[in-house]
Amino acid sequence: MKGKRSMALPYVVWSIAFVVIPLLLVVYFAFTDKNGAFTFDNLSKIVHYLPIFAKSINLALIATIISFLIGYPLAYCIARSRTHVQRNLILLVMLPMWMNFLLRTYGWMTLLENEGIINKLLGMIGLGPFEMINTQGAVVLGMVYNYLPFMVLPLYSILVKIDRSVIEAAQDLGANRFQVLCKVLFPLSMPGIVSGVTMVFVPSVSTFIISRMLGGGGNMLIGDLIETQFLGGSYNPYLGSALSLVLMVVMLLIMTVMNAFDEDDMEGMLV
Amino acid sequence: MEHEKLLDLKNISLSFGQDKILDRINLYVRDKEFVTLLGPSGCGKTTTLRIIGGFQTPDEGDVLFEGKRINDVPPYKRKVNTVFQRYALFPHLNVFDNVAFGLKVNKVPPAEIKQRVLKMLEVVDLKGFEKRRVTKLSGGQQQRVAIARALVNQPKVLLLDEPLGALDLKLRKEMQIELKRIQKQLGITFIYVTHDQEEALSMSDTIVVMKGGEIQQIGTPEDVYNEPKNAFVADFIGESNIFDAVMLKDCLVRFSGHEFACVDKGFDANQPVDIVIRPEDIELTAPEHSVLSGVVTSCIFKGVHYEMNVSCEGLDWMIHSTKGRAIGEQVGISFTPNDIHIMNKMFKGAQNEILGEIIAPNTLSMLGCELNVQTDLPEGTKVNVTIAPDAIEVVSPDQSHLIVWLESLIYKGRYNELIVYHMETDSEIILHSMLDEQVATNIGIRFDESRLILTAQEVESVEG
Repeated sequence: MKGKRSMALPYVVWSIAFVVIPLLLVVYFAFTDKNGAFTFDNLSKIVHYLPIFAKSINLALIATIISFLIGYPLAYCIARSRTHVQRNLILLVMLPMWMNFLLRTYGWMTLLENEGIINKLLGMIGLGPFEMINTQGAVVLGMVYNYLPFMVLPLYSILVKIDRSVIEAAQDLGANRFQVLCKVLFPLSMPGIVSGVTMVFVPSVSTFIISRMLGGGGNMLIGDLIETQFLGGSYNPYLGSALSLVLMVVMLLIMTVMNAFDEDDMEGMLV
Repeated sequence: MEHEKLLDLKNISLSFGQDKILDRINLYVRDKEFVTLLGPSGCGKTTTLRIIGGFQTPDEGDVLFEGKRINDVPPYKRKVNTVFQRYALFPHLNVFDNVAFGLKVNKVPPAEIKQRVLKMLEVVDLKGFEKRRVTKLSGGQQQRVAIARALVNQPKVLLLDEPLGALDLKLRKEMQIELKRIQKQLGITFIYVTHDQEEALSMSDTIVVMKGGEIQQIGTPEDVYNEPKNAFVADFIGESNIFDAVMLKDCLVRFSGHEFACVDKGFDANQPVDIVIRPEDIELTAPEHSVLSGVVTSCIFKGVHYEMNVSCEGLDWMIHSTKGRAIGEQVGISFTPNDIHIMNKMFKGAQNEILGEIIAPNTLSMLGCELNVQTDLPEGTKVNVTIAPDAIEVVSPDQSHLIVWLESLIYKGRYNELIVYHMETDSEIILHSMLDEQVATNIGIRFDESRLILTAQEVESVEG
């Protein structure tokens, strides 16, 4: 037992050095002014940035909902197909992730540009050009595109475990397709829904690359704001830390609420 | 409506790709009847049930319910409920909500739901379990929830797919009695699927014996036990001695080298038949008091009776008796004409008659394989090949001439009679083997090339 525990030591050292200490530093800087004195100023300034918080959460929420609406039926179809087909479809879902995140997002820039491929194609049939790049829609699109696999995979892995006969039992008892979905599939796949939603929502809220590349200057999100405090012209790590701290707390609250849906133990899941 | 056809399956066929799962099934079920579909795994019994439940659509044929065709009615609109093989309870709901599921989706008023669910839980002996999680219940209790969940909707027909398969023997016996009681009490038609012949015999009003997607026999438990239609039914239900025999004329049959009086009529003169004699119908006598006599080769105490094997003129007899005999003892075997049941042979003819062609000197092509034979027949001659059942051997697939599907295996007192199916050429082959093989699997067979009898087709008409 002791031997096994010591194998976790590298990870413990790693997480203390790169997770715990940086977190403590964030908390420290959030309550510190330029002279190193204790202050609440950084936190109270955040009131000015509430609209950016709201916008970030709003866009991330929209992206999460769209991902869910696309991801759930997709995951269900994959889970219900034959085993070797399943493997290939899952591979297809993961395929974009083999390419670098930045490259993929650059790809969308060239597609969405005013002189981009989509507008050119639409021009051929006499439509457009539409202004697509540098809009909120483009940001949401980028989020959905990049994080969809994180929605599909946990949903798939839970849906594939739901015994087909449970669904048949519901139909047998008089449930139509919609009732089967609401009363059996959703409740049974709740753990997958929670982790899928979490894995799309969290990175979407804090993204700064997607909003920078596809949203232009006009769609600054909380991630961009924090980044400029550390790397940009308005260098202010104290405010940046305060923003990060608040963002973390907000996300923790949201996740706590989400997990409340998932408190039922699912140990009886038919495997 | 009573005693009319509540449910009627007409000419139902279903294939999955190459595999024919059901082949022209005809079956009707009367109101309040307890019908059991009985057969080995892969015989199509569960598929038949799924067609009635609406989870599978037949390729051909009609499903009639109260006289109306319901082929295209989805499961949730049928007046039929199912108890699934592994219960398929909803793990996220407690006992009450599981049972109430069907009533809730059908918008029954809450007060009525409560009253009906509680009453049904009482019927299945689960009073006080309403708030329990179904995942925390024992197998037997889960089973009862599954039954209550189906019955609470007051279906016209309850379908049960091997519902007791996962329970241990003692609990299974209790649940058999319980199910029969519930069926009587509520007056609901039960269609029950099982591979357990004892379960079928003790619960059913009617037993439907199935094999390979076809119905072998429909009858009361007494019928299928006492008057089995063929060797498969006799072998599958109860213990039996099955032997090859020849029907000499009405009420006279010859087997084991002697002629015996029997009570069956209506066969052709000298028609080869199978006979069955149940082990419990045989009486052991002194050797001099009986036509047949032999030596006891084994004697096992089974609790209620002794199970003995007696070797008699090359045939191996199984005999059940409350009195055991010593191994090596000389005994007489005695039975009455009533105890001999005559059955039509499952395989037409005593030998295999297969079409083939000489494709090169001394090379015969038959059933898609090539065999070396000694023959003067020229190339291109179409031939009839006659193969005796004992000229075919069961071998491992890599040594085999053909890979075939083992349809049935029946012990004939001296050897196992195997009927195999070759899918590519849609032909059946009969062979004898001393080996036991798993039915409904692929096995390899090898022909004894020196014992194939070839007859050129053109010549045949002249000779015959």
